[in-house]
Amino acid sequence: MASIEMRNIVKQYGDGYPAVNDVSLDIADGEFMILVGPSGCGKSTLLRMIVGLEDITSGDMVIGGKRVNDLAPRERNLSMVFQNYALYPHMTVFENIAFPLRLSKTPDDEVRRRVQEASDVLELKEHLERKPANLSGGQRQRVAMGRAIVRQAEAFLFDEPLSNLDAKLRGQMRTEISRLQRRLGITTVYVTHDQTEAMTLGDRVCVLRKGKIQQVASPRELYEQPVNLFVAGFIGSPPMNFLPASLEGTTLSTPFGPIALDEQRAAAVRGRDLLLVGIRPEYFEDASLVDEAKRPLGSTFRARVDVTEWLGDSQYAYIPYEAPEAITAQLRDLSRELDSEELRTQAIVSIDSTSRIREGREAEFWLDSRKIHVFDPQTGENLTRDAEAGARLTQMATEDRVEQVEHAQSTGQTVSGQSSGPSGAHRATA
Amino acid sequence: MRYLFRPPGTDGARLLALPWQLPLEEWPPELLLEVPQRGISRHVVRFVAEQGRVFALKEISEHLARHEYALLAEFEAEGLPSVSVLGVCVDRPHGQDAILVTRYLEYSMSYRYLFSRPSARQSVDQLMDTLVVLLVRLHLAGVFWGDCSLSNTLFRLDAGALAAHLVDAETAERHPQLSRGQRHYDLDLARERVGAELLDLQFGGLLPDGVDPIEVADSLQGRYASLWDEVTHEEVFRTDEQRYRVAERLQRLNDLGFDVGEIELVTDDEGARLRVETRVSAPGQHRRELMRLTGLEVQENQARRLLNDLRSFRAYLEQKEGRPVSEPVAGARWLAEVYQPVIESIPAELAGRLAPAEVFHEVLEHRWFLSEKAGRDVGTTAAARSYLRNVLPSTPEELTTPSVIATRP
Repeated sequence: MASIEMRNIVKQYGDGYPAVNDVSLDIADGEFMILVGPSGCGKSTLLRMIVGLEDITSGDMVIGGKRVNDLAPRERNLSMVFQNYALYPHMTVFENIAFPLRLSKTPDDEVRRRVQEASDVLELKEHLERKPANLSGGQRQRVAMGRAIVRQAEAFLFDEPLSNLDAKLRGQMRTEISRLQRRLGITTVYVTHDQTEAMTLGDRVCVLRKGKIQQVASPRELYEQPVNLFVAGFIGSPPMNFLPASLEGTTLSTPFGPIALDEQRAAAVRGRDLLLVGIRPEYFEDASLVDEAKRPLGSTFRARVDVTEWLGDSQYAYIPYEAPEAITAQLRDLSRELDSEELRTQAIVSIDSTSRIREGREAEFWLDSRKIHVFDPQTGENLTRDAEAGARLTQMATEDRVEQVEHAQSTGQTVSGQSSGPSGAHRATA
Repeated sequence: MRYLFRPPGTDGARLLALPWQLPLEEWPPELLLEVPQRGISRHVVRFVAEQGRVFALKEISEHLARHEYALLAEFEAEGLPSVSVLGVCVDRPHGQDAILVTRYLEYSMSYRYLFSRPSARQSVDQLMDTLVVLLVRLHLAGVFWGDCSLSNTLFRLDAGALAAHLVDAETAERHPQLSRGQRHYDLDLARERVGAELLDLQFGGLLPDGVDPIEVADSLQGRYASLWDEVTHEEVFRTDEQRYRVAERLQRLNDLGFDVGEIELVTDDEGARLRVETRVSAPGQHRRELMRLTGLEVQENQARRLLNDLRSFRAYLEQKEGRPVSEPVAGARWLAEVYQPVIESIPAELAGRLAPAEVFHEVLEHRWFLSEKAGRDVGTTAAARSYLRNVLPSTPEELTTPSVIATRP
């Protein structure tokens, strides 16, 4: 196991286009790091540079304290999981896991020890002597993971491993990967374009855009304290709503009525003619269902509902609003870049599933003004980001990880020879 | 449902009546053809025959199906040895995966067959060299295979030699040029997969004694490195050696099965520097020549062999008739008087075990062997008769190509 450090990594192709542009990122020993972003953001290129598939134009790639820029893929001792999930019909499950060790002529007793340990973690112990023909879809995938485990690689790398699986198996595998990573405490880098995978799997998530890092933080920090419009729009489903606004005194004037800011936040956004207010769908509520005690913490407004969507446990209302052309065009560009459905000038608000608000009628809504963010439409910068609160969220995630890894190790669930002990896991970066 | 297929569209149109709405696993057996020559696949794969042509159907996600469809079409256009893709069926009901349709590579053999027969004519060395030629060719073309294995390769006999064809491009990626890391990684993957596939045969008791899976897998690295060097290295020599050194290099590349596109020779006071740009497609001059003269579509070595026979037939005609015979006339007469009679004399029960051109090649080999023994030329007719009686029947029946099985009465 090892940490992975990237220092000012640049990947420039022949035509001069920088696919990865000055990326510096530290992945702690034992950490689960997600690289996420829309297509063309450079996430796969970055992963390939870690593996050694792409030459690094400039910068340093350091794995386990050793600069690996000029090492062949094999010499880096990393494991691309799921690269080979062919199952060989004449070999038992044991041999299907063991063969990478057979090929490297590992002594028999060592092979036995490592396969036993891997199969314990993967709960394949009962199946070791069987032929693979009768394994379920999930068990087959676990055999592929077993091959990666017995190699005792420095880190696991995943390149969109679930994108070709059906929805059910995808959910199952997500859980398996997460559980396995915790039990092994192995450094993991995982590339995806799917923000659900990013949010549910990673200790930290690195959001990339056009080859540059936008933000590296825990899923909760990304969600609650995004650094800019891009991250705010990329993380969250349904996405954050963006409303045009202007500041008068300490009050934002928006299509959904005035929203009061405290003096500190008002000061941070002052001096700009046009602003964008970001409000997540769940910061809204049907005003008639809001607790009296909570009501004064937000503002209320009346609006006509275009469509409602009742999903049983939740409900969404769609509220169109007016926006100046400049804002409309910018939102269109943003949604195009995010490969998402168009962020129309229509707010998606979450209301209680018991709400009687109906489409085509006007209704009163409440919004929690404490949780809104205000963005500079020109630069995209989040003007109201609370960096300290964000750091606290990521620190909490780090502590959770350390505790989980320690728990797994103290209860003997890990594979020996893979864990460098809790000291490795403590090397957390916030 | 939506069908996309490439011309000639008649092949595709014939397949439209199949039950595409059903999962491949549920297709009625009477529509399917058993094909023994195949590797391990992680997807559901089925074979169908339609008017004497055989197609392979593979169920995979739409994204992968479209990717593979586009790549295989490119490979075919560029002359890379791969299976030929016909089309894809997408938007199947109930959110089912897409189906990719490829044309079955007739007269091909899987590694399982080649390795598991101790009497096989082809040695393990030959097989590995053939696989490496394919990998080097793909790498020259900027293709990262990502899953180079024996299962994803089919082998065909080409006048006694083997030729390897890529049958699965699901994981392949196209780049303007491959980095060293990509080539090495692809080779690492190949080594691991080949090793595992041979271990699997060994566990199944199908590998001949004396073949060590690990040794064979490990040998890929060296074979690849020397072939890559051979086709790409820059040579430096004295100017006075120039002429024969260039000729030597070109001959060597041709012997290895590569064609040269462009030669760059830079000379200065120090000497000459030679760089060759190797074509990614397999050489095809003989194939095209034979096609032009006879309309026969065969592989390169077979074509060279057949052309040699055609030329000696032309010389024989000119001598007999005492006047020049044009190439096209000789071609037409050779086809009608020499080639076809041999092919037509293959008994129905032996048809399809070897490609017709391969049978003809073997007849010529047999003729040489008989003539040597008899001390005189026995002639093609006698050689064919003896070959069909004594040699061809020992070619295993399981080699019979699916299209012939499909058209049996």
